[in-house]
This record gives sequence, C-alpha cells and structure tokens, in this order.
Amino acid sequence: MTAVGQMFALGLEVLRQLLRRPFQYRELLGQFWFVASVSILPSMLVSIPFGAVIGLELGSLTAQIGAESFDGAASVLAIIQQASPIVTTLIIAGAGGSAICADLGSRTIREEIDAMEVLGVSPVHRLVVPRVLAATSVAVLLNGMVSVVGVAGGYFFNVIMQGGTPGAYVASFAALAQLPDLWVSELKAMIFGFLAGVVASYRGLHPRGGPKGVGDAVNQSVVITFLLLFLVNAVITAVYLRIVPPKGM
Amino acid sequence: MGVQIEVHGLAKSFGRQNIWQDVSLTVPAGELSVLLGPSGTGKSVFLKCLVGLLRPERGRIMVNGVDLCRCTESERYELRKLFGVLFQDGALFGSMTVYDNIAFPLREHTRKTEAEIRRLVNDKMELVGLVGAERKLPGELSGGMRKRAGLARALVLDPEIILCDEPDSGLDPVRTAYLSQLLVDLNAQVDVTILIVTHNISVARTVPDNLGMLYRRRLVGFGPREILLTSEEPVVAQFLGGHRHGPIGMSEETDAAEGTWPSTVPEIVPQLTPSPGLPARQAIQRRQERVRVMLPTLSPAAREHVLANWGVPR
Ligand SMILES: Nc1ncnc2c1ncn2[C@@H]1O[C@H](COP(=O)(O)OP(=O)(O)OP(=O)(O)O)[C@@H](O)[C@H]1O
Ligand SMILES: [Mg+2]
Repeated sequence: MTAVGQMFALGLEVLRQLLRRPFQYRELLGQFWFVASVSILPSMLVSIPFGAVIGLELGSLTAQIGAESFDGAASVLAIIQQASPIVTTLIIAGAGGSAICADLGSRTIREEIDAMEVLGVSPVHRLVVPRVLAATSVAVLLNGMVSVVGVAGGYFFNVIMQGGTPGAYVASFAALAQLPDLWVSELKAMIFGFLAGVVASYRGLHPRGGPKGVGDAVNQSVVITFLLLFLVNAVITAVYLRIVPPKGM
Repeated sequence: MGVQIEVHGLAKSFGRQNIWQDVSLTVPAGELSVLLGPSGTGKSVFLKCLVGLLRPERGRIMVNGVDLCRCTESERYELRKLFGVLFQDGALFGSMTVYDNIAFPLREHTRKTEAEIRRLVNDKMELVGLVGAERKLPGELSGGMRKRAGLARALVLDPEIILCDEPDSGLDPVRTAYLSQLLVDLNAQVDVTILIVTHNISVARTVPDNLGMLYRRRLVGFGPREILLTSEEPVVAQFLGGHRHGPIGMSEETDAAEGTWPSTVPEIVPQLTPSPGLPARQAIQRRQERVRVMLPTLSPAAREHVLANWGVPR
C-alpha cells in the first residue's frame, strides 16, 4: 500500500519537475529514440493481426444480423477507441518500460542515483522526467500509427478477404465514428504512456536487494502496468461514453 | 574552515532489523575523523544518513544549524552542497567517461567555461593519479581506479566536508598510504572536515585526530584518537590488533557481548604529517585546546600519550 502512495507521489513529482529548468533535451531525445526504436516494429506486427481479427470477427457477426454496411464503422470504433491505445501501451510497457526499469534499476544498485542526489542533482528531474515524457510521446505517436495500420488491416481483411463493399466500409465511418473518438484514443494513449513511464521508473528506483531484485522489478513493473491499464481504460471509457454520447444509428 | 557535524541519539532500522541505535557524536570542524567497525555494522548506512539519503527513525543530525532529519527538501539540497562523498564502490555514472564524471558537478552547479573545467578536472585527476584514463568508461577501470575517480569527483567542488566510505578497500597498501597522505594534505591545505569510514587498521592508527567504532548496534566510543588507541576494551583492542582473540566473531551473529580475553593494547604510532612544503595543519592547535579541557576525564594511558604528543615529558 505504501508503494502505491509512493508511486502516486512520484507521478506528481514528475509533473512538478516537468516545468523546472533547465529542461533535459538531450536525455529526452535519446530516450525518445530508444523507446521508439524498441517499440515501433513490435507494435506494427501486433496491430496488423489485431485489425484483421477484429475485422474478420465483426465481418461474420454483422453478416449474421444483416448489418454488413456498418462493418467499417464498428471495426474503426473498436480499433481506434479500444484496441489501439491498449496495444500501444502494452508494447510501451513491455518493451520500453522494461528497458527503462532495468536501466534505472542497475543505476540504483550501483549507487549512481544516490551519488546524483548527493551531488545536488535531482534524479527525478534529470532521469525520470525525460523517460516518462519519452514514453508518453512515443505512446501518442505509436497510437496514431497503430490506428492507421489496424484500420488498414481491418479494411484489407473485410473488403478483400470477405468480399465486403469498399464504399460501404468507408461510408459507414462517418455514420458511427466521430472526431472525439480519435481524441479520446490519443488522450488514452497519453495517459497510459505516462503511467507506464512512472511505474517503470518507480520500480527501477526501488529494486529490492541487488541485481536479482532488478530482474524482479522489471517483471513486476510490466505486470503492474498491464493491470493498471485495464483498470484505467475501463474508467476512461465509462466516463467518455457519459460525456460524449455515441452517434445514433 | 570546514563545518562540524553533530549527531544526537541517532537510530536506524530496516523493517525489524535494527542497524544501530543511540549513536551520538560530534565530528569536529576541520579535523580528520575515522569511524571503524567490522563488516556489516552499518557504517555505510551511517554515512548515508549523514547526507540525508536514508532517514533515521530517531535522533538529530545538525549541520550548520539545520537538522538534516527534519528539514525541507530544498534545505537538504542546499546542505548537500557542503558535502563531497566518496561511495564505497565509487558510484561513477556508468554512461559517462571518467572525465565527464569528474566534470559533472562543475557543469551542473557552476557557470565555468569548458576551458576552466578542463583545468580543474585535470588538476583533480593528477591529484588522485588518474592521468591518462580520461576517456575510459567506469566499466573499463579497476576497482581501485574507480575509487580514485570517485574521490576526484567528490573533491571537484571544493566541499567543506568530505565523507569517504572505505577509501582503502580495493587499493594496495602502497596506494592506501598515498591516499591517506592525500587526505591529510587536503586537510592541511584547505582545513576541510573529513570523516572516513573504514575497517583498515593502518588508516585508523595513522590518519585521524578522532576515532570511533561501531559494534553490535551501538557506538563503542568516539573521541580523540588516544582514547580508542589505548582502550583496554576487548572489542577495540581485538579490532585494532586485527586478531581472532576477542569477542568479534566471523559474523554479526557470532559476535559475543561479553567474556574475558587477555588485553593487548597496541602501541600508538605517530600520526601522519602533511607532505613537505605544505602548511602545518591548523586542526592540531584546535584539537589541543579541545583535548586540554577533557584531559582530566581521560584514562591514565590516554592522558600519558596526549601529553607525550605535546612534548610534555612523561
Ligand atoms: N537499503 C537497505 N535495506 C535493508 N537493509 C540494508 C540496506 N542497506 C543496508 N542494509 C543492512 O544494514 C546492515 C549494515 O550495512 P552497511 O552496508 O552499512 O555495512 P558496512 O558497515 O558498511 O559493512 P562493510 O564494511 O562490509 O561495507 C547490513 O546488515 C545490511 O544488510
Ligand atoms: Mg560499507
């Protein structure tokens, strides 16, 4: 329970230190590249089959109830609103977050973090803020990419494999989907990316007992992030559906 | 002149494991002090408390009139600027070269130009004998070299207080002797407060003005070196003698609380003096005045040594 509180405190501290000068551009740039490079390929690879599966399942479902014309809209909604932010952050947490956690963890056990504090430099400002920002912005970018790739995959499988009509697929976008869907998707990705960054950093800064502890911390950080994501996702979706009413058919 | 550290009734535990309690001592300003203790008695933990990295449960640590245990975050960062800390393993930043490591504090806290930084860093590297290793990464250094690089980094901002966690571990006896001399010379030059934590007996016998020892979760004593060096307490005598006959066992658990052992008090060897050409240590004068006041409370053996040291015939 204290861990949850401390994690929360770290999140607040990151927000506070975000505004402090001098901003660590070089560290941010390095981390951004790093997180992006480890997560772009896997998220491409995951998003294509994801789009395909959603497309195919929806395709056969809508065919049964005679609503093929809403195929496109439904899969876009599913992909943009739900699948894409989750896929993105699972990958950010799994690939980027675990690397961040391992890096900070080994610095902690080598006492580098202690040394930095004693030298009067805040490790949160210097190391954690750039990492959390990198995870957040990569999440937003990847989310856009995963959405596009997912929708394209859905389109490909629905239209080409199942013989749906291209016109109806595109036209139904407008029927169900609306611009706020995209915003909420990006907002989700942003929040998830931030959480993944904070959790990974927190676990990295507090490993238990030596190098073995760092390995455990990495594992835990990924698991904690996943659990947190599903929880937060449910909350955001519920709130969003209340605030922005879905388009009527 | 350096700054004094006052510790009152300090206690620290991790979970249910008590590391030490009721530790009270004063590290006098501008003097050389050594804290001894067998492995695992919490010497490193003590140093980390002194710089506010760990929070003791009880007690006060006063530096410059501020209690480090109960001050605000910004006060703590401000106080830390007084300290130069050498960590047990050097604690160099693994992603930076030795040069960048030593330059790091200068780049963070001063507005010096790269040329000035280069001059200062080269000075310190020469001081600790690391010339030629500038471009190496910490992973490519030997343990002893990492230590010396860590010391150079701790010195680069000219701190008022230097804390050294086992400056001698990982160094051969010759380099340990050089390092001891280096610390004495530093004290002579800038009158800085130095606290060394170690289990090296030769450092404990030749370097400090003041000597203390941690054992079995408490401070066995802390004061002018003559007190501990002439102590007949079995723990102290065993430790300074470095032999097996005494209460200290292989591990904390096998350490005994009491018992009788033949006491063998080692001879007091003379303290190191600054290298030729350097000014005499002002600490000597200050310490003499301090010790003069406490003279009546010292044991006869300690008193005898103190007086002999002042040139008063026995
Ligand atoms: N962060 C921590 N969490 C829990 N226990 C710790 C922590 N740091 C140190 N300890 C415990 O505190 C005790 C003292 O450790 P410390 O490192 O201070 O010993 P030491 O006197 O410096 O020994 P050495 O001479 O071998 O360096 C040990 O029993 C260690 O297990
Ligand atoms: Mg230690």
